[in-house]
Amino acid sequence: MAGHFEATPGGGAAVALDEVEISILRSLAVQLLELIGPGDEPADGEDPLAALFAEGPSKPPTDPALARLFPDAYGGPEGAEGPAGAGKPEEELRELSAEFRRFTEMDLRTGKRDDALAVVRTLDALSPAPDDGAVLTLTGDECRSWLRSLNDLRLTIGTRLEVSDEDQGEEGSLYRLPDSDPRKPMVMAYLWLGALQESLVETLMP
Amino acid sequence: MGQVSVATPLEIERPDSAEETFAVPEPDVPWVTLVHNDPVNLMSYVTYVFQAYFGYPKGKAHKLMMDVHQKGRAVVSSGSREEMERDVQAMHGYGLWATLTQDRN
Repeated sequence: MAGHFEATPGGGAAVALDEVEISILRSLAVQLLELIGPGDEPADGEDPLAALFAEGPSKPPTDPALARLFPDAYGGPEGAEGPAGAGKPEEELRELSAEFRRFTEMDLRTGKRDDALAVVRTLDALSPAPDDGAVLTLTGDECRSWLRSLNDLRLTIGTRLEVSDEDQGEEGSLYRLPDSDPRKPMVMAYLWLGALQESLVETLMP
Repeated sequence: MGQVSVATPLEIERPDSAEETFAVPEPDVPWVTLVHNDPVNLMSYVTYVFQAYFGYPKGKAHKLMMDVHQKGRAVVSSGSREEMERDVQAMHGYGLWATLTQDRN
């Protein structure tokens, strides 16, 4: 799976993909859509119009991958210099994060959903030949959607795999998993998406 | 006669105390957007985001990315709280791990 993006005239990019690659990418994007979900839909019997005016959630998602896609805006990790919250009490940081989340998370979910939908749509527009695959050609806007969505996919899979800094690089443990390891297929997909994203970033560098 | 002072009214409204109640709600300290290190985001992608969103030149974007990578976090923008909330939301849209805080330094 050595496909990589190349810049096209006019600010777009193109990559050759075989049938298996197309099917893996599409399946991952659809899983991402399912994970992000439709947002907070009204329960049965509730006024669907009310959803238009509904506020977003105030608590971080319980799923670790979603929590990584939609992190708290106040606080951050504890570091050597103390928490990044500038000495505010934890309770206050939680309340500030909750307020931020209420007004931003639905928009963020919509953006990530739109990006993943762009991935699915552009893949569905291909008609791969059984032996040759197809060339996926993206406009500049589609490139940016793909770039963000590839990143969301890697964040999601990376969270599931509990990737850490020590796993990175050619010497990293991700590259040395035995074939018998049940995580192997997911690791292969993770590394492949990384190479694909890397080549796409390069075409977009200003 | 002659003692009438026009400059000093007999009753003086003293607005001083009223004005003093207009306390500044928050000290005039700028807010900053912090981006935190994470093991998944590609270095090239983080640099790209700093260039594409903030419009930073490549050198500055690259240096900020290296700070995130090596020091664990970097201040990528500063301004009003509203501006920083907008930047943090944008960073989350790109999948970067960002928070805002009031800069005490």
